[in-house]
Amino acid sequence: MDTNQYMEMFLEESQDHLQSLNDRLLDLEKDPEDSDAINEIFRSAHTLKGMSATMGYTTVAELTHDMENVLDLIRNEKLKADEDVIDVLFKCVDSLQQMVDNISNGESEDAVDVQDLITKLNDIVNGGSSAPAADSGAASTPAPAADPGISLDDVDEDVLKKAKDSGMNILYIKVTLADTCVLKTVRAYMVMSALDDLGNVIKSDPSAEDLEQEKFDFSFKLIFITDADEKKVEETLLGISEIASVDISHVEPGEKVVGATPAAAAPAAPAPAPAAALAAAPPAPVAASKPVSTKPAPAKKPASAAHHENKAAQTVRVGIEKLDALMNLVGELVINKTRLEQIGSTHRIPELVETVEQMDRVTGDLQSIVMKVRMVPVGQVFNRFPRVVRDLAKELNKEVNLTIEGEDTELDRTVIDEIGDPLVHLIRNSMDHGVEHPDERVAKGKPAVGQVGLIARHEGNSVIIMVTDDGAGIDPDIVKGKALEKGIITQEDADNMTDAEAIRIIFLPGFSTSDVITDVSGRGVGMDVVKTTIEALGGVIDVETKKDEGSVFKIKLPLTLAIIQALLVEVQTEIYAIPLASIDSTINITHDDIKTIQNKETIVIRGEIIPIVRLDQALNVPRVDDKASEEIYVVIVHIGNKKCGIMVDKLIGQQEIVIKALGKLLSGIKVISGATVLGNGQIALILDVATLMQ
Amino acid sequence: MGQKDAPVNEVQIVAFKLKREEYGMSILNVEEIKRLTDITRVPFTPDFIKGVMNLRGSVLPVIDIKKRIGLPPEEYSDATRIIVVKLEDITVGMIVDAVTEVLTISSDNITNAKQLTSTDSEAHTEQNHFITGIGNLNNRLIILLNLSEILGFCNDNK
Repeated sequence: MDTNQYMEMFLEESQDHLQSLNDRLLDLEKDPEDSDAINEIFRSAHTLKGMSATMGYTTVAELTHDMENVLDLIRNEKLKADEDVIDVLFKCVDSLQQMVDNISNGESEDAVDVQDLITKLNDIVNGGSSAPAADSGAASTPAPAADPGISLDDVDEDVLKKAKDSGMNILYIKVTLADTCVLKTVRAYMVMSALDDLGNVIKSDPSAEDLEQEKFDFSFKLIFITDADEKKVEETLLGISEIASVDISHVEPGEKVVGATPAAAAPAAPAPAPAAALAAAPPAPVAASKPVSTKPAPAKKPASAAHHENKAAQTVRVGIEKLDALMNLVGELVINKTRLEQIGSTHRIPELVETVEQMDRVTGDLQSIVMKVRMVPVGQVFNRFPRVVRDLAKELNKEVNLTIEGEDTELDRTVIDEIGDPLVHLIRNSMDHGVEHPDERVAKGKPAVGQVGLIARHEGNSVIIMVTDDGAGIDPDIVKGKALEKGIITQEDADNMTDAEAIRIIFLPGFSTSDVITDVSGRGVGMDVVKTTIEALGGVIDVETKKDEGSVFKIKLPLTLAIIQALLVEVQTEIYAIPLASIDSTINITHDDIKTIQNKETIVIRGEIIPIVRLDQALNVPRVDDKASEEIYVVIVHIGNKKCGIMVDKLIGQQEIVIKALGKLLSGIKVISGATVLGNGQIALILDVATLMQ
Repeated sequence: MGQKDAPVNEVQIVAFKLKREEYGMSILNVEEIKRLTDITRVPFTPDFIKGVMNLRGSVLPVIDIKKRIGLPPEEYSDATRIIVVKLEDITVGMIVDAVTEVLTISSDNITNAKQLTSTDSEAHTEQNHFITGIGNLNNRLIILLNLSEILGFCNDNK
C-alpha cells in the first residue's frame, strides 16, 4: 500500500494522540482511580498502534502494544497505577514522541531504542498480575472480558416499552468482528445497514459516531427493535463477512443494564472464555457471584462518552503555508482594489467607483477573516507545560502546582510558534529559582506545595501572558552583588540603582544567579534570550517581585505581526512607514523651534526636551528637491520612557499595512524592520524606531 | 553511447546585454523576466543593491549587475529588463540592459574561467571571479556569470 499520502494525516493525528496521552497520564497520576482517564489513554494508545502498524512503523506499534498490555491491566483494576508505572508510561510517551518526530524529519523510527522500555513494560505486566493471570495480560484484545452490557436511560426505556406493547422483539445484540478485520468501520456500517432493513437500532455502545470513527475494539453492542425473529437477525448478520460472532438475547423493558453478564460465554468463541473468567478472578474471587456490584463502570460510561463528543468540534486541518499563501493573495487583492479605486477617480467613472466600493467591503471582510483564521489559542503552547512542570518538580524535589488560565486567548500563529521557548525558560526559572524546597516553604509558613501560574488574557490590542510563582522572589541586593562580581555593572551603578532597576539586571546578557549550574537553569543564557525573543516579536517583558511572596513575569505581545497600523511619511520622494504603536504625537514646527544642545538638535514640547532626528540625513536620502519648506513635521516616537522626534517632509496618513519581510538577502539592515506594499503597488519601508533612536 | 551523451553536455542559457557585451546565465536559475518597475531604495546597503520591488505582492531585492561586476552605469531605457533569478533559497532581481534570447551552447564551446585567469594579468582576477567561463557560439562571445559569486555577498554579511 502506498502510505505516503496518509503520512501527513498520520503525523498530525499522532501528535494529537501523544498530547492526549500526556494530558491524561497527568490526570491519572493525580487520581489513579480515574477511569475516564485510563479509558482515554487506552484508546489513544490503541489508535496509535493501529495507525503506526498500518503505516509500517513496527517499532511504534510494538511499543504501544506493550503499553496497551499494561494499560489493560490498570483498566481492569488488576494493576495499581502507582508512581513507577506512570513513570514508565511517561517514558514510553517520550520515546513515542521522539520516534514520531524522527519519522516526520524523514529519519528512521529505530533511532530510538525502546527495548529497555518494552522489557520494563513486560516486567510490570508479569509482576503486576500475579501468577495465574500471567498470560491473560498479554491478550491485547480485551473484548471477551466481562461484558458490561449497555445501560439505558428513561427515554430508551419508554421506546422499549412501546415496542414491547406493539408486539415487537427487543434484542440485545453483541457483534464481534474477526480480529483480522482491517476495515472495522466498514463492517460496523454493514451491520448497521443490514439491521436497518429489519428494524430499528435504538442504542449502540460505542455510540454511532465512535463506530464511524473506528473508536472501538473488535466488538460492539446494540439494542435493536424488530418484527423479525432472533434467528433471522442472526443469519443476516453472520452473512456479513469478517464477523466472528453474534450474540443475541431478548431484553425486557425495565432492565437498567441489559446484556450484562460477568463472563459472556460467547458460543462462537469458546477459547477465550476461560481466560476471561480467570481475568475476573484475581481482584476479588467473590465478584463472580455478584456480577452487578463489581461493575460500577457501565453506569458511568454514557456520561464520559458524551464528554468526548463535545470535544470533536467541526474542524478542518489546514497547513500554515496555505494560509500564508491565502494571506498574500488577499494582500494583493487589496492592492489591486486600491489601483482600481485610483483609476475610477482619475477617469471619473462613477460605475467603477461604485463597484470598487462594494469590492472594498468584501475585501475588508475577507482580510479580517483570513486574519482570524490564522489566530490560534495559546492553549496550544500552554498544554505542554503540565508535563514540563511535573518532570521538573520531580527533578528538583519540589512540589509544584501549575495553574493555567486563559488558554482560549488567541494569538497570531507566528507569535504562537515563537513564544514556546521563552515560556519554558520562564517556567523553569520560576521553579528553579522561585519556588523553594518544601521544608524551606514550611519554615517560612507557606504551604509546602508551591504555586506556579501561567495566565493569558487580552489587554487592548495586545495579549498579556504572565508567569507567576509564590516563591522566594528576587532579592535586588543579591542581584546587584552578582552583577558586580561578574562585572556587568560598576559599584557606582549599583549604588545609584533603584530596586526595580536592579531586578531588571537579570535581563542582561551573561547574568545568572544560581550558584550551582544545574540542568535546569544557571547557564546564564536564560533571561536575556527570553527578552531578545520577546522583543523580536514586538513584545515587552517586565518583572515584578516581592521578597518571599513571589515574582510575576509579564509579557505583552501584539495580537498579530502581520498587519499593523502605521503612519506613512514622506521624505524627499521616499515614503516610509512608522508603526503607530510607537508614535506619541505629531507636531508642526518651524526652523526657529529647533535648538541645539551639546551639538544635538532638540525641540522643547510642553517643557520636555526631545532630541530630533532628521530622517533624510539618518537614511542618507538623496536630495531631489532642495527648497526648504517653511513648515516642518515632526513625529514624536517613544521606546520605553525615551522619546525622540523624527523630522519628515510630509505626513501622508495613517494606514493599515501588511508587513513583509525583506528577505534573506537584505536581512539585518539597521533602522529598517520590514517593508509593505502600498496601494499603488510601490514598496514602502517600515522604520525600526528603536534603532533609529540610537 | 557517445551520441546519446551529447544533449547532456549542452547548456541552455539566457543571454542578455550589459553595454555592448553579451552575458549569459543558466536558464535553470532564471525564474522570469520583468519590465523595469518602481524600485524602492533601501538605505544602508551596498551601492549595487538598487532597492526592492514588488513582485506580485512579495518584496524582491533588486541588484544592479553592472555595478556589481564593476561596469560603468548607464541610463535605463525601454529595453531595460529585470531578470528574476533564484539561487538556492535566495531570489533577486537583476537589472540588465536588454535580454536577447535563450541559447543552447555545447560545453565543448565553453572556455573555463580558470584557463582565462592563468594567462591574464593579476589585475583582472578580481573581476574574473564573477565569471565561470566564456561561451563561443559561432564567434559570438558570451560571458557566463558565476551567480553564487555575484550573490555571495549575502553570506559575507552574516
